[in-house]
Formats: sequence, C-alpha cells, structure tokens
Amino acid sequence: VNPVTGDAFLWISAVKIVVVFGLLLTLVAVWTLVERRGAGFIQNRLGPNRVGPEGLFQPVADGIKNFLKEETLPPFADRFLFVLAPMMAFTPALITFAVVPFAAPLPTPWGLVSTPIADLPIGFLYILAISSLGVYGVVLAGWASNNKYSLLGGLRGSAQLISYEVSMGLSAVAVLVLAGNITMNDIVERQQQSVWFVLPLFVAFCTFLVASFAETNRLPFDLPEAEAELIAGYHTEYSAMKFAMFYLAEYSNMITASALMVTLFFGGWDIPFTAWDNTPPWTVLKFAATFVAFWAKVLGFLFAYVWVRWTLPRFRFDQLMDLGWKVLLPIALAYVMVIAVAVWGLEAAGLRFGVGYALVLSVLSLALGGLLLWGLDRNRVIGGSASRQRERWRAQAARARGAA
Amino acid sequence: VAITVRTLSRPESESSYVRATLQGMALTFKHLLAKKWTMQYPEQTSGPDWTLSKRWRGTHRMAVDANGKAKCVACGLCPQICPANCIKLIPGEDEKGNRYPLVYEIDEFRCVFCGYCQEVCPEEAIHVGVHYENAEYSRDGFVYDLERLMRQPHEVSSLWDPSDPRGE
Repeated sequence: VNPVTGDAFLWISAVKIVVVFGLLLTLVAVWTLVERRGAGFIQNRLGPNRVGPEGLFQPVADGIKNFLKEETLPPFADRFLFVLAPMMAFTPALITFAVVPFAAPLPTPWGLVSTPIADLPIGFLYILAISSLGVYGVVLAGWASNNKYSLLGGLRGSAQLISYEVSMGLSAVAVLVLAGNITMNDIVERQQQSVWFVLPLFVAFCTFLVASFAETNRLPFDLPEAEAELIAGYHTEYSAMKFAMFYLAEYSNMITASALMVTLFFGGWDIPFTAWDNTPPWTVLKFAATFVAFWAKVLGFLFAYVWVRWTLPRFRFDQLMDLGWKVLLPIALAYVMVIAVAVWGLEAAGLRFGVGYALVLSVLSLALGGLLLWGLDRNRVIGGSASRQRERWRAQAARARGAA
Repeated sequence: VAITVRTLSRPESESSYVRATLQGMALTFKHLLAKKWTMQYPEQTSGPDWTLSKRWRGTHRMAVDANGKAKCVACGLCPQICPANCIKLIPGEDEKGNRYPLVYEIDEFRCVFCGYCQEVCPEEAIHVGVHYENAEYSRDGFVYDLERLMRQPHEVSSLWDPSDPRGE
C-alpha cells in the first residue's frame, strides 16, 4: 500500500489534526480530574466525586466555570503581551505533539496513513525547537502582569527551562546516536529491531526524565508557580479562560513529555516481545493494538507525574540550578561521550546494530546507572549553597578548635 | 546566591536522595490504595468514627404535652437567664388562670447554645437539640417562633450531668 498523496493527503491531514487535537484536549480534561482525585487518594481522601459518576463531569464543570468567569485585565498590565502570553504558552504545548507517532500506520482506501500528523524528517529537532517556545508564554505572562511575584515566576521559569533544555537535548543526543536518525518513526523502528532504548541508554533516560519534569514545570520543579512563595507565580494575574489556557498548556506539556519519553525510550507504539505489531502488512487491528499500547505507556508516565507531584517537596531555587548545571549537565555530557565511544568501539569490533549490540550497551549503561545512583545516594550532590555553607562552618569550627 | 539557609548538619551516611525519594514514592502509593476517611456528607451523616454526642447543644425544641400544647408556662426564667438575650417571651393567661406564652421566639443567630434555658426550665419545656443542619433561605428564618419550636422533630440534648460527667 502506498502513502497517501494529492488532495487526499490534505484532508486526511486535516482529519488527523482534528482527531489528535480532540484526543489531547480530552486527555487533558481527564487528567485534571485524575490529578485531583489522585491527590485525594494519596491523602486518604476521595477527591472531587460529585459531578457525574465518580466526578467524571468535573472537568466539564471546570470548563464552564472558566468560560463564564470574568476576564480580568489589570490596569497596570501590558495589554498586548498580557493577552498574548496565554496563547504563547498554549500553542507550542499542543503543536509539539504533531510529530509523535502514536500507532502503527493505518491502511485506508486512499493509502497508508502514517500516524504522526506531520511525518517530518527532522522530527526530533522540531520537538526541541517548539517545546522550548513554551517558555515565552511563561516569561511574557510574568513580565506583562507587572507584578513582582509574576515577574519572579517568569524569571524562574525562563532560567529553569534554559537550564534543563540543555541536559534534555544532550540526553536525547544519546538516543540519536543509537537511532542514527532524527525521524521519530526511525527511532521507534530502531527500538523495535533491538530493545527499548531505556535499557541501552538507562542514564540518558534518567536525565531525560528529570529534565522533562523540570521542562513541564511540575513538582518538584514547579518554581515558576510555587504557590507558597509566589502566590501563583506567572499566572497570578490571570483569570477565566486565560488562566485555563495556562492550565491546559501545563497538562498538554505533560502529555507531550510523556509521549516523548515513550517514543525515545519505551519503544513508542511497539508492543513488547512480539514482532507481529511492527511488520507489514498493516491492518486496522494492528493500528488499534499499537494505539492502545502507546497510550497505555503514556498514561503510565502521566500517572508518574501525578504520583511524584504528591510525593516530593519543591526544590529551592539554588538547588534547582545546582541540579541542572552541576549534576544533570555533566552527567548527560559525559554519557553522550561514553555512548559515542561505546558505539564506535562496537562498530570497530564489527558488530551490527541489533539485539546483541543493544544488550552490550545495556550492560554498560545499567552498570553506569547503578554507580551513578549509588553516588547520588551517598553524596549530597544537590546540596546547593547550604551544603557549601556547611563546609565553611565546619572549617570555621575546626579552626576555632585548633586555635583553642 | 546572597542568602544562605542554615540547615541541620546531618551525617552524610544518613542523607540520601535516591533512597529517600523511592521510600516516599512507596509511602504515597500505599496511601493511594489505603482506606479513605472521607464521610460523604449529605448521604452519610454519621459513621462509626463520627456521631453527634447526646450532649450536643443545637437549635431549640419546645416540648409538647398530651393535648398538643406547649409545655411552657411562661414563667420567664429562660429569658432571664439567657446570656445572649435571644429569647423573647410575652406571657398570657387563660380564663382558668393558666399561664401560657403569647409570644415565644428564639433568635438562633443571637443564641450562643449554652443550654441554660433547658437547665433552668421548671417544666422541661424548652430544650436545646441534637441537630446541626440549620440552613435557611433568609435571615428571618432563623427567628424560630413557638410553632416552629414545637414542630422540630430532632432529639433533645441530655446536657452535661455532674453526677455522670463522662456521659455513661
């Protein structure tokens, strides 16, 4: 079956956009509820369960509320940027998903439909480029609000995103080294040929996981909105739908980040332990099965977001910067070197890419990862300024003892 | 960073990020599956771990005699003792010389629910009730007249008994 071409390509793309958009927004709505009920369950409560069966219509009620509330526009705010900021946050959050393949190709009477909306040859670069655009929404919101808390939130947001973008990109470089291509479909295909990249690139997965939590501004990295310190951070001055846009952006970012982790490290739409799902001929059944497999993995990560949020306390800002620049960045950088050297060595040894090749890397990576986690566990690597101060205090105390 | 935060210096061997995080995640997951303590209020008004005490002092109730008339003899003790001055009593007398309340109103907004009215009442007519659902559509609704007080269906408070301080 040939790929779709001509007029059919245009309207099939349109259909894909509508379907994916609807799917994302529905998942966002459901996840706002899951988050609140998850919070309740973790705190031995029930959470919102009044609107509809088990609170299922709560997101609808929230939506109606946000539509009907008054749109406030503070007199001291920069009008244009204030209105622009929510759009700047919302749009990149949604369009990032465009290149993620979420199921096996679907055969239709018009040809074979590949699942990413846009099967870009530069898929991964597109994601790096667009996902970092989201920070403009945060910064502009903070700046345009003309409110010191908002501004602090915006500044923190920009500092955080710039810091973690680097380690995120670097840890993904390891994936690209192994995949040999930046097309999302090829990355998935490579994992189907060997093993999921979470094993051969375990350390990269760890850094990517941490970085993507930071990128989505979720706890323990939610410093841009840190309720306890900054009221609501960058969206303090926002109400109604403009506030809802930030909310939607946060959850869409979560979904995209989860989808990315699944695609880069957990085989995308691959069903493990079988080659049935990733070999032609493509059927509707294969499409459905891989679709379920992909979203099951994504939901797993989304649950992890909720779970972590209600477990870990927030970092202090200097700890956040320390973790980003002094821990994650060197680790990611060193790991890219290690992987590159290992791949070079394997190629030189005449090994072809495949299961054996990946297993050698897996052993290496898991050993390195174990060492790394052990090291992190022993030494207070993210101690920040306080740990440095403590060393100074200890030195002072030692000097005082020596003098006495 | 200009500001430094003084932290407790824990021994390095006790400080752990990875293990502590995993322990925390395990703990929250346990709570995710654990028993939920929420009482689903409008459907469920009491549970094994939450019931109203028999000594609860809520909105009032006037006791009624066998003829369906209020037991009150309009002696005037309750408005006298009321510390919040919330009882309005205008006594009347019928042709046989029996006193009865012409007007008996309690402003539940002023009431402090001390229960003195019940304690002082020689006829055991006015009581505070074991009851807490008092919503009204208007503020006027909180001035309970005699009719309203006689109609209240809830249980009455046992108050605190000095000879049985624990309510056993």
